[in-house]
Amino acid sequence: MSGTIVKISGPTVVARGMEQVRMFNRVAVGRTGLLGEVIRLRGPEATIQVYEDTTGLRLDEEVTDAAEPLHVELGPGLLGAIFDGVQRPLNLLATQRGDWIGRGVLLPALSRVRRWTFTPTVRPGTAVVGGTCVGVVQETPKVEHRILIPPGISGTLGKIQAGSYTIEEPIGWLNGDRPLTLLQRWPVRRPRPVAERLPPIVPFITGQRVFDMLFPIASGGTVIVPGGFGTGKTVVEQTLAKYARADIIIYVGCGERGNEMTEVLTDFPQLKDPTTGMPLMERTILVINTSNMPVAARETSIYTGITMAEYYRDMGYAVAFMADSTSRWAEATREISARLEEMPGEEGYPTYLATKLAGFYERSGRVRCLGETDREGSVTIVSAISPPGGDFSEPVTQGSMQIAGGLWALDSDLAHRRHFPAINWKRSFSLYTQSLDPWFQAQVAPDWPQLRIELAALLQKEEELQEIVQLVGIDAVQDQERILLEISRLIREEYLRQNVYSDVDAACPLAKQYWMLKAQLRFLEYCQGMLKNGHPIEQLLASSLRSELERMKETPPDGCIQQAQVMIEKMQQELR
Amino acid sequence: MDDLITREYRSVSGIAGPLLFVERLKQASLGERVEIMAPNGEARRGQVIELSEQHAVIQVLEETTGLGVTGTRVRLTESAATMDLSPDLLGRRFSGVAVPLDGLPPIIPDVRMDIIGQPMNPVSRDKPSHFIQTGISTIDALNTLVRGQKLPIFSGAGLPAKEVAAQIVRQAKVREGDSPPSSRGLSPSHGPFTIVFAAMGITFREASFFLSEFDRGGVMEHAVLFLNLADDPTIERLLTPRYALTAAEYLAFTLGRQVLVILTDMAAYCEALRQIATAREEIPGRRGYPGYMYSDLASIYERAGRIKGRAGSITQLPIVTMPDDDMTHPIPDLTGYITEGQIVLSRELHRKGIFPPIDVLPCLSRLMNLGIGPGKTREDHRSVADQLYAFYAHGRDIRRLAAIVGEDGLSEADRLFLKFSQDFEQDFVNQGSQNREMEETLDLGWKFLGYQPKERLTRVKPELIEKYYGQDVKREPLNGKPD
Repeated sequence: MSGTIVKISGPTVVARGMEQVRMFNRVAVGRTGLLGEVIRLRGPEATIQVYEDTTGLRLDEEVTDAAEPLHVELGPGLLGAIFDGVQRPLNLLATQRGDWIGRGVLLPALSRVRRWTFTPTVRPGTAVVGGTCVGVVQETPKVEHRILIPPGISGTLGKIQAGSYTIEEPIGWLNGDRPLTLLQRWPVRRPRPVAERLPPIVPFITGQRVFDMLFPIASGGTVIVPGGFGTGKTVVEQTLAKYARADIIIYVGCGERGNEMTEVLTDFPQLKDPTTGMPLMERTILVINTSNMPVAARETSIYTGITMAEYYRDMGYAVAFMADSTSRWAEATREISARLEEMPGEEGYPTYLATKLAGFYERSGRVRCLGETDREGSVTIVSAISPPGGDFSEPVTQGSMQIAGGLWALDSDLAHRRHFPAINWKRSFSLYTQSLDPWFQAQVAPDWPQLRIELAALLQKEEELQEIVQLVGIDAVQDQERILLEISRLIREEYLRQNVYSDVDAACPLAKQYWMLKAQLRFLEYCQGMLKNGHPIEQLLASSLRSELERMKETPPDGCIQQAQVMIEKMQQELR
Repeated sequence: MDDLITREYRSVSGIAGPLLFVERLKQASLGERVEIMAPNGEARRGQVIELSEQHAVIQVLEETTGLGVTGTRVRLTESAATMDLSPDLLGRRFSGVAVPLDGLPPIIPDVRMDIIGQPMNPVSRDKPSHFIQTGISTIDALNTLVRGQKLPIFSGAGLPAKEVAAQIVRQAKVREGDSPPSSRGLSPSHGPFTIVFAAMGITFREASFFLSEFDRGGVMEHAVLFLNLADDPTIERLLTPRYALTAAEYLAFTLGRQVLVILTDMAAYCEALRQIATAREEIPGRRGYPGYMYSDLASIYERAGRIKGRAGSITQLPIVTMPDDDMTHPIPDLTGYITEGQIVLSRELHRKGIFPPIDVLPCLSRLMNLGIGPGKTREDHRSVADQLYAFYAHGRDIRRLAAIVGEDGLSEADRLFLKFSQDFEQDFVNQGSQNREMEETLDLGWKFLGYQPKERLTRVKPELIEKYYGQDVKREPLNGKPD
C-alpha cells in the first residue's frame, strides 16, 4: 500500500493515503526509497521519521508501506561487524558507495552468501519451545553462536541436519512445514522475552579500581556516567569495552565524534581480550551513528544495539552494552518531538522522556533465558550522559538517575588536574554494593567490604580536614592529621587514579586492587602508630615505603601482591 | 535547458524575518535553491527549508527589505546550493556565499560540489596521527594539535583569540620525518598548510587584522578567504562555513593538501541559527537556541578529518567567543561536546600581561596521544605533560590557600609549588611571539619539573627521570629577548 507526501520538514515527512498502515511500520519514502518509520497516525495521514537526509525530496512523491515494523537481523556474522543506527553494514556501504554515506541504500545487515557450519545439538522429533537451543555455529574462534527457536514458537522438530548453510537456507523444519534458518528477525522496539529475572549478585568486573572497589555494578545492572565535556566519558566507555569482563560487547556510538569511532575501529582489531587472548573485535559489535549522521537513525541506534545485546544474552552470554551517549539519543527524541509539534516538557524534552528512558534501562538484567535449560545470561548497561553545561539537574540525567542502579559522576575539576577516571567519589553511588559483598568476600577476601568502608571514611575525613586547612594553613594542624592528609592524597593519586595508557595499569585485577589498597591503608595505621612512638613526621614522609606505594600500580599483579604482603608484614613487625 | 521553461510563482503569502511563505509551490524539492525577484526587479537568493500542501517556506539568504506579498516572484532552480571548485581557488577572496570580492572573475569549475556535504562514513576515516607543531608551548607540550583534529579556541570578548589564531597560522608546520614511514608515500606535502578562512559576523577591523597577518606571514597565495562581515546579511552566515568547508574538502581530499580551516566567530553563526529558528516559530531549547543546534554544529565540525587512501587532511580551528566568559553557555558547551578538546583563554592571565593567555587546566586535546611519543615527538612527552599538569593544578590550589593563610602558613614543600606555578605562567606560558621547537618546549618543561625533588615526579617513569631530570637545559628560556 502506498500514499503520497503532503509535507516535508527536516527529517519528518507526512504522507496521505496511509489508512492501512500500522504504527512503527517501516516505509520507503520518495523516489530514492529513503528508509522511514511511521511515528504518528491521524486519519489518512501518517507522520514518518526518515532515517536519511531528506534534501531533494518533493511533495506528491510516493511512500510505500513495508507492512512490518523496523527489524533487526539476528544471526551469525554480527560479531566484529560495524553498523549504522538502522543496522546497515558500514564496511559494505563504504565499498559500494565510497567514503561518504550515500542515501537510499538498503543493505542487508548480514551477508547472504557467507556459509556457516551448523552442528545440531538435538535430534529430529524433539519437542521444542521458544528459546530451545537446536544447534551451534562457531561464529568466532571463541564464541559459539547458539541457534535458538525464536520466542513464541513451539512444536516438534522435523528434519534437522548438520552442514554448511547461508543464513537464509533452512537448517531444519518445525512441525513439518515451518523452516528454521540461522537468520532471525526481531522488531527493534520490543524487548525480547525471558523466563525469569534474577537478583543482582554477581559483579560486572571492570578492572578499574575506583569502580570495582568503591562503586561496583552488578552484572545485569545499569550504571550511568554523566559528565561535562572533557571529563572522560568516552574514555571510560572505551576502557570498559576493552577490559571489562564480558563475553560480548555491544558499543553504540550515538551522536558522537567520527574521529573517536575511528580510534575504536583501528584499536579494537589489534587489542587482545584479556581473558581469551583473542582480538577484541571478535567479541564486539559496533553501532555507529556519529553526530553528523541523520538524527532519526541516532534515535534508533540505541534500540538496534540493545536488541542485539538481548539476542546474545538469550544464548547465555554476559553482554556489556555501552551507550555513548544516551543524551544524544534523548536529544534526537526531542528533535523529532518538536517536529511533531508536541507539547514540550522540561527543557523542551517531550513529557514521555522519563518513560522512554525507563523502557530502555529496563532492558538490562541478569536473567534465566527462555527454553527448557537453566541458561543464564545478562545485559549490563553502561550509559554515558552529556548534561548541558555539566549540570546534573537536567532532565536526562535526572530521569536516568531514578532508574539506574549506579551513578559514576564525572567531575570537571578532577579532569582539569588530569585525575582520570575523573570520578567524583562524593557524588557517585552504587545501589548494588550490599548485594555484591558476599561475592567479593567469597571470591577475593573476607575483609573486602571493610576495606571499602575504611577508604570511604578516609576520603570523608580528608575532606573535613581540608576545610580546616583552607582556613588555618597546614602548619596549624596536628601531625596525626597531616599524615592522614598526605596518605589520603597518596591513595587518591595512586589508587583512585588509573592510567589507561599504561600497559600494566590499564586493567587491574581484583586481587591486586585488594592488596594495593590494603597496603596503603595499613601504611596510614603504621604512620599513625610510629608518630605515637615519637618518630618525626618528616622521616615518615620521606620513607622508602611511601615511594614504593606510589609506584605500586605500575608493578605487574603477581609482583605487586607479593610486595604488598611483604610490606604489610614489615610494617606490623616494626610497629610491635 | 530546464531553465528556459522554469515557472515563476507570484503566490507569496507572507514574510516573517528572513522567511518567505509561498503558496502552491508544489514543484519544489527540499533544500532547493530559488531565485527571488523583488518588486523592483532585484534578484535575491533563497533556499526551500520546508514543504507542505499549503505553502513552501523559503529562507531568504539576503535582506528581505523591499520584498512584498505582491509583486515578488519566486523562481525554482532545480538544484541544491553548490559551489564551483578548481585549483584556482587558492589566493582568492570571496563573500560569505562564495561571490568573488577581489574583482577577479568567478571560478571556472573543475568540479561542482553540494555545499551541505554528506557525512563521512566512519569506517573510511583514517586515524589522525601526525602532530602539528604550533610553536606555542602550552599547545605543543600539553594539548598537542593533530592533523585532522577540530580544536576550538574558547575566548571572551576582548581576549586575543585572533592573535593566537594568527600565530598558529604563521607557525604551524608538520615536521620533516614526523610521519611514520608507512604513510610517507601518501603525504608528500610537508610544506606550509593551506589556509581556508571563514569569517562570520566579525568586524571589518578584525577581518583586516587577519588579512594583514596572512600577508605578513606570506600565506596569502595558499589561502582561500570567505568573508561575511558584521554588516553583511546575517542569514548568509549559515552558509559561510559550508562554502568554506566544501572548498576545504576539495583542497584536502581531491588535491591532497593539508588544510587548516579557521572559523570565526562561531558565536555569530549560532546567533544566526537562533534567528532563523525563532522566525520559524520553533520550540526553543536552552537560552532560545534551537534544539537541533548540536546536530547543526556537528554538520560543520565533523567535516574535519582524514580519509584512508587520500593524502590530505582538514584540521579545524574554530574560534568561539563565550558570552560573558561562560563556558557552560550553549555555544561553547555544544561545541565542546563535538570538538576534540578546546584551548581556553583566560582573562586573569591576559590581565597579568601573559601572552598567549592560555589557561591550561580547562584545555584539552583528545587526540594528543595519537600524535605524540617516541618516533613522533619524544618518549618523555606524555609524562612531562601529565606531571606539569599535576604540579600546576596543585600549585594553583596552594595559591588559593596562600591568599587566605598567607605564604607563612605554607609548608616548605607548598612554597615550592607556589613558586612553580608563578614561574610556570611567566616563562612557560608567557612566550610572546616566540616560535618554540618541540624539543625546546619539552626541555623547558623539564626545567620546571626540576623545581621538585625527583621522588615527587610520580607520573614519570624512573628511566625517564634518570635520562632527563636535572640535565642542563640546553636553552635558557628566551622570554623577553628578541628572537
